[in-house]
Amino acid sequence: MSPETTPTTTGAPQADDSPIPTSRLRRKDLVGIAELTAEEISLILDTAVAMKEISSRPIKKVPALRGKTVVNLFFEASTRTRTSFEIAEKRLSADTLNIAASTSSVVKGETLADTVHNIEAMSPDLLVVRHSSSGACHFLSRICRAGVINAGDGMHEHPTQALLDAFTIRERKQRIAGLKVAICGDLLHSRVLRSNVLLLTKMGADVWLCGPPTLMPVGFERTGAHMTSSIDEAVEGADAVMMLRIQLERMLGGFFPTLREYFNVFGMTPERVRRAKPDVLVMHPGPMNRGVEISSELADGPSSVILDQVANGVAVRMAILYLLAGGAEHEAAA
Amino acid sequence: MPVVMDADRMARSLARIAHEIVERNRGVDRLALVGVRTRGVPIAVRLAAQLKEITGQDVPVGALDITLYRDDLMHHAVGPQPLVRSTEIPFSIDDRVILLVDDVLYTGRTVRAALDELIDFGRPRAIQLVVIVDRGHRELPIKADYVGKNLPTSHAESVSVRLAETDGCDEVVIEKTSGEDEA
Repeated sequence: MSPETTPTTTGAPQADDSPIPTSRLRRKDLVGIAELTAEEISLILDTAVAMKEISSRPIKKVPALRGKTVVNLFFEASTRTRTSFEIAEKRLSADTLNIAASTSSVVKGETLADTVHNIEAMSPDLLVVRHSSSGACHFLSRICRAGVINAGDGMHEHPTQALLDAFTIRERKQRIAGLKVAICGDLLHSRVLRSNVLLLTKMGADVWLCGPPTLMPVGFERTGAHMTSSIDEAVEGADAVMMLRIQLERMLGGFFPTLREYFNVFGMTPERVRRAKPDVLVMHPGPMNRGVEISSELADGPSSVILDQVANGVAVRMAILYLLAGGAEHEAAA
Repeated sequence: MPVVMDADRMARSLARIAHEIVERNRGVDRLALVGVRTRGVPIAVRLAAQLKEITGQDVPVGALDITLYRDDLMHHAVGPQPLVRSTEIPFSIDDRVILLVDDVLYTGRTVRAALDELIDFGRPRAIQLVVIVDRGHRELPIKADYVGKNLPTSHAESVSVRLAETDGCDEVVIEKTSGEDEA
C-alpha cells in the first residue's frame, strides 16, 4: 500500500486545514506482534520510511511529540534498545527520562504495580518497559492509563525488534511476502524469535527455524514455520538469514556440550551461507557472540546488514511512538 | 460545483508564474523548488519543466511532508494520527533561493509548518512562496510571492485544486461544505 494512493474523502478540500488522510493503530499499547494485524504492521513500516529520513537531516529533530513525556522503564539490562528508544523519543521532541531498576525503589522491595502507579501519578504519556518476566508489559497495559510499549519482556515478545528486522528486509528486498527467512540459534529462550516468527508469517514469509533439538521450543509449527535441526536445509535458497544469540547466561542446563561444538554444527559461516541466495541478508539482533553463532568474517562481510538493523531501529521506534502518542487518548475515551 | 479554473487557465498561470520567477530572480541560478505534499509536488515538477524551457537550466525539485510540524498534531484528543509521508530534499538548501510550492493558500498554517521544516535543513538565502490559488482568510502573517489566481471565498466553501497527476484532470473547483465547520 503506497501512502501516495491513500484515498481522501471524495472532493475533500485540499486547503490548509482540510481533512488529511489518517491512519492509526487500533490500540493504546504495543505489547506484542500477536495482537497486530498485517495492516497495522504495514502502517508502522510505511511510517518508519518517512521517519528514517529525519535521521539524515542536519537538524535531526521534528516537533511532533513536543510536550509529551515518555518514561523508559528498564528492569533488565539493555544498551541498544534503550539508547534506540531514547534517540527516537528525542528526535520527535518528546521529554524523556530513564529509570533503571538497579537505581529505583524496586531494590527497596516495591512491587511493579506500585512503581508504575507512582510514575503514572506524574502523568507520563507513554511508558517503554523492559522486564525479565514474560507478560509484565501486558499486565502494565491493563493497569495503566498511559500507553505501554514493550521493549522486551522475559521470553515472551520483543515487538520493536521484529518490526525493525522486517523494515530492514523490506527496505532491501522491497517485500516480505514470499521470501525465505531462516532463523538460527537459541530458539528456546528468545523473545526476538517469537516476535519475528509471528510477524514474518503474518506478512507471508516462508520462515525456517533451525537450532539444536535441545533448544527447540514446541508449538511453533502452528504458526506455519518450518522446524529443522539441519542448518543446510534452513539456509538453502534463503533470502535472509537471521542468527539469534546463544544466551550464555541461560546456558546452565547443558543444552549442548561446548560452544566450540555449537559453532562447528550451527555457527553461521561464509561457507554455509553460500547455499543461500547470492544477495542474502545476514542479520543479527545483537549483542553478537562472535565465533559462537556467527563467524566474524560473516558479521563484518558485505552481506551483513547488522548495523543497518540498528540504524533502522530508531526509525521504527519513532514510527511507533508517533502512532501511539495520538491513539492513546482515543482508547481511554472509547 | 463551479469550476473556477480549467486546464488551459491553469497551464497559462503556471507559464506566467515561471516567467515571473525568472524575472524576479534574474535567472534560475541557485534556485530550487520544494513542493508541499501532496499536490505541491506535481506543481513544483511542472514549474521545473517550464523553467527549463525558458532558461535551458535544470532546477532541482524536492518534496516536503509537513505532517510532523502541524500545529494541531496532538490537539485532537480523539482520533487517528495523520499519515506521515517522506520528505525528500536531495540537495543542500544552504544559500539557495527556495521556491516553496503549494496548491491552495488559506489560513497560512501549512506554510508556517513548511517554513519551520525547511529551516531544519539549512539556511536558505530566501524562501519565496508559490500557490495556484489564494483564497484569503489568513490566520498568520503570511503572503504569497506568486499567485495563480486570487479567489475570494467564504469559510463555508472549500477550494480543491485537482491535478492530472493525482486526480486525473487539471481544474480548480469551489464547493459549499454544507455549513459545517471544515476545521
